[in-house]
Amino acid sequence: MPMHPFTRRGFLRSGAALAGAAAVSPLSMRPAAAAGDLTVGFIYVGPKDDFGYNQAHAEGAAAIKAIEGITVVEEENVAETTDVQKTMESMINFDGASLLFPTSFGYFDPHILEVAPKYPDVRFEHSGGLWSADKHPSNVGSYFGYIGMGQYLNGVAAGHATKTKKIGFVAAKPIPQVLLNINSFLLGARSVDPSITCQVIFTGEWSMAVREAEATNALADGGADVITCHVDGPKVVMETAASRGAFLCGYHADQSPLAPDMYLTGAEWNWAQVYTDMINKTLAGEPIDNFVRGGLADGFIKMSPLGPAVSDASRAQFEATKAEIMKGGFAVIKGPLKDNAGNVIAAEGQAFAETDVTLESMDYLVEGVIGSTS
Amino acid sequence: MSDLGIWAVPLAILGGAIRVSTPFLFVSLGEVLTERSGRINLGLEGTLVFGAMSGYAIAFLTGSPWAGVLAAAAAGAFFGLIHGLICSLPRVNDIAIGIAMMILGMGLAFYFGKPFVQPVAPDLPAISFGWWSDLPQVRAALQVNVLFLIGGVAAFALWWMFRATRVGLIIRVVGDSTDAARAMGLRPALIRTLATAAGGAFAGVGGAYLSLYYPGSWNEGLSSGQGLMAVALVIFARWNPIACFGAALLFGGAGALGPALQSVGVSEGYYLYYAAPYVLTLGVLIATSSPRQAMTGAPGELSITK
Amino acid sequence: MGPRLDGSTMTDHGITGGVHSAPFQAWLAPVARRAEAVVLPLMALLVGFAVFSLFLVVQGKSPAEFFGLVYKAGFGTAFSWQNTLSRTAPLLFAALCVALPARLGLVVIGGEGAIVLGGLTAGVLGVALAGLPAALALPVMVAGAAVIGGLWIGTVGALRYFRGVNETIASLLMAYIAIALMNHLVEGPFRDPASLNKPSTAPLTDALRVGDIPGWDVHWGLLVGVVACVFSWALIDRTTWGFAARIAGGNVGAAQVQGLPVGRLILGFTALGGAFAGLAGFFEVTAVHGSANASLASGYGYTGILIAFLARHNPLAIIPVAILLAGFEASSGLVQRRMDLPDATTLVLQGIVFVAILISDTFYGRFRIFAPERWSKP
Repeated sequence: MPMHPFTRRGFLRSGAALAGAAAVSPLSMRPAAAAGDLTVGFIYVGPKDDFGYNQAHAEGAAAIKAIEGITVVEEENVAETTDVQKTMESMINFDGASLLFPTSFGYFDPHILEVAPKYPDVRFEHSGGLWSADKHPSNVGSYFGYIGMGQYLNGVAAGHATKTKKIGFVAAKPIPQVLLNINSFLLGARSVDPSITCQVIFTGEWSMAVREAEATNALADGGADVITCHVDGPKVVMETAASRGAFLCGYHADQSPLAPDMYLTGAEWNWAQVYTDMINKTLAGEPIDNFVRGGLADGFIKMSPLGPAVSDASRAQFEATKAEIMKGGFAVIKGPLKDNAGNVIAAEGQAFAETDVTLESMDYLVEGVIGSTS
Repeated sequence: MSDLGIWAVPLAILGGAIRVSTPFLFVSLGEVLTERSGRINLGLEGTLVFGAMSGYAIAFLTGSPWAGVLAAAAAGAFFGLIHGLICSLPRVNDIAIGIAMMILGMGLAFYFGKPFVQPVAPDLPAISFGWWSDLPQVRAALQVNVLFLIGGVAAFALWWMFRATRVGLIIRVVGDSTDAARAMGLRPALIRTLATAAGGAFAGVGGAYLSLYYPGSWNEGLSSGQGLMAVALVIFARWNPIACFGAALLFGGAGALGPALQSVGVSEGYYLYYAAPYVLTLGVLIATSSPRQAMTGAPGELSITK
Repeated sequence: MGPRLDGSTMTDHGITGGVHSAPFQAWLAPVARRAEAVVLPLMALLVGFAVFSLFLVVQGKSPAEFFGLVYKAGFGTAFSWQNTLSRTAPLLFAALCVALPARLGLVVIGGEGAIVLGGLTAGVLGVALAGLPAALALPVMVAGAAVIGGLWIGTVGALRYFRGVNETIASLLMAYIAIALMNHLVEGPFRDPASLNKPSTAPLTDALRVGDIPGWDVHWGLLVGVVACVFSWALIDRTTWGFAARIAGGNVGAAQVQGLPVGRLILGFTALGGAFAGLAGFFEVTAVHGSANASLASGYGYTGILIAFLARHNPLAIIPVAILLAGFEASSGLVQRRMDLPDATTLVLQGIVFVAILISDTFYGRFRIFAPERWSKP
């Protein structure tokens, strides 16, 4: 069947085979593997083939299965309740997991913080959390990528593609990670043409298919002709936008197969590299930093290949901006800049580089974004 | 593209009504058929979800969305048949069986639907009724799916069937009084089972609309309670198929309010706008119910209105 | 099990046993009568397991491995029990919210709404009363959660009694409205600005957090839930209110003719059910989350429907049924990881078992072994 490689079974079977091969291999060179296999647990809040957030993490998990001595256990559709606390403990108690990746933001506080002190020998790595040494256990770490930069590049491509000078964003909830993406998307587009505006529509849920489709239609009705999103699974937004003749900028994972002609580019996670690094460090007996961040240059995020609809001028500015970002220290939020209520965000000469932690508590939409944060 | 200003809202509601209402319409028509025979099937949410999955899977495997619709109808009829047969046993509670079948239907759909989340199945075709307008918004709003039209025709056909045909009369007699039906030589259990199976087929088609047209993909979060709400709409519509059509349009249109208001700049309190369809339905139910008389149009044998 | 065989054995005994069997029968008769309500659901459970096993076999999976894993991860170790019991607590309350109105013949399926609003109330009160000693603040939070939950589901009962609005539909609609309201308040007026990427109310102080039962990794909600079940059983089985409710549940018309206060019964039972659901929200916030947020709407209300129907709306039976279902859910992860089965497998099992147990309703009164008055008849 054509969809075979996509099934869970395909993933798991190859993973199990590799783990088995590693276990019987007498020529294992790694001291850590000789001391015993490392079992790594991945926990997802939704289905791991959602074309989005969970799939991005699952692809990272699939990548580390290739590493010798690694057994990966996975569980999907785990709620941010008692459920995830007990799932973590179950992976520790029954599978012998000693490194856990509970990947949903809502798993951090209180769930990981509740379980971690009970298992000091287990390492808990959380995606998106703001770990701080004075508040949180030392066997917990948090990692995240500056994906706002990816949305900025999305915006550059969108700025060249839009004819109506209006672009659209379907967002789940007005939280800092989402607001940074919306602002970056618009500011990227404004680097092409400062007259561009961005309409945002919040759906209020991380995953609600019909509402995402309605929001996309409302954006198209309002004249937006390039659309991106920040919801868990962008499939519905992408397909609906394409059916309305809008160009697409992807998010989380590569959605170009859904509408190759309309897809400009996309901001993707590159967890495969992040996870491989962490596993290799663990196998080598080195500690993982408790607070890990990285951007395009570090390989934490990547851009989908530019689609056929991207013009030469667009491609040139896209590559130039990307090269600029790769140098490090790039600032999307820089003065003079106001929010869309008229308050000054950054004065002339003031800039917030991608590494600035204050960006992770963003609570405003910049001038030119149509929408409000509450 | 021209800016419509505040007029974008009514237009979006019209477009939303046409796009979003079809699953509500099919499920509620199926439920009318079932309830008119004196049974309630609360499990149509499960049937809808299973219909969405099986329709998508078959459409993907055969390349034909219509084969998917047929498969969804067949799957729905099968679920209805099981429900009908179980409820024919004495002392079995049809409401509870409905809840159980809902869980089973969703479970089986999620279980067998895993391999079909990623593939892209062909969509059902739509007809453009907006060719006369220069406005892209109008043309988009009047992009009407064939299933919506079929549902509209089916609403009138069912209405006529209950009023003027022998089949309709038989279903109504069975629904109003088991004893009277027996006296006429009818077999109430058989007729109810058939009516439940037919109702299930409708619900299955409603699911196929979700996965094959709007939003047009299969995943576990596809339905957000459309099947349950449609059962509520039947009471709202007083067991009248044409009123179901109206109720489905109203509910679909109210659902478009949230995004449409945000797109014209009314963006605060969007959760409350998203709850508008539920508030509206509850309000109308309260306004039109009466503590003293049984609800007009309610089948006499229906367990929820006795 | 052959009812005729068992029945005729009894008949023989009745004829030949003569005088000696009379005390024996007198002892056996009440046992037999009560046994029906236990034996039939258990048989149905086994049939459900058998059908599910068939389902697995068709998929090429081993039922033995499946049930082995369910036992291991749900009940096989101390951790498994703590996992199961932690999940049981909210389900007990949620099931009571269905079972109590059901004694009056009302099918309330929107307990989720009361859980969500109860939790929100506890969270908001906890922030407002953070300066007070816990001995004062906690009772106010408990009361607030119970009152809001009780008002919410009590409104469903009132709409039913005073306006004739169908309670099944009204409670469902109100659950959607409650969740929207909670989301609006948690992301708007009551949002703690420091709750960055998961909008929540401000965190409760440690003094207002409900802890674990000493020696267990299970919070106090479990014990309170069990007490609530026993209390509800006593109310239904041992008081005139419960007696009146049973009559009204059988036939509202007859109850009114006998002068029973049907209106007060409906309001009381729906409000009590809602109050229990509100308590589920209280424990979720104070014992699990530490603040109110969107995770309050995690489906416990809907699992409660399943449990109440499986327990035939008997509050005492809710306890073992809730533990059983919590055990299934506790083991679903291990099943997913070890057998490569989708997480929906648990849902399929629940659906099949639920259908089987409901079908068993048709066999009540069919087996003579459970009907002592028919033992001696040929």
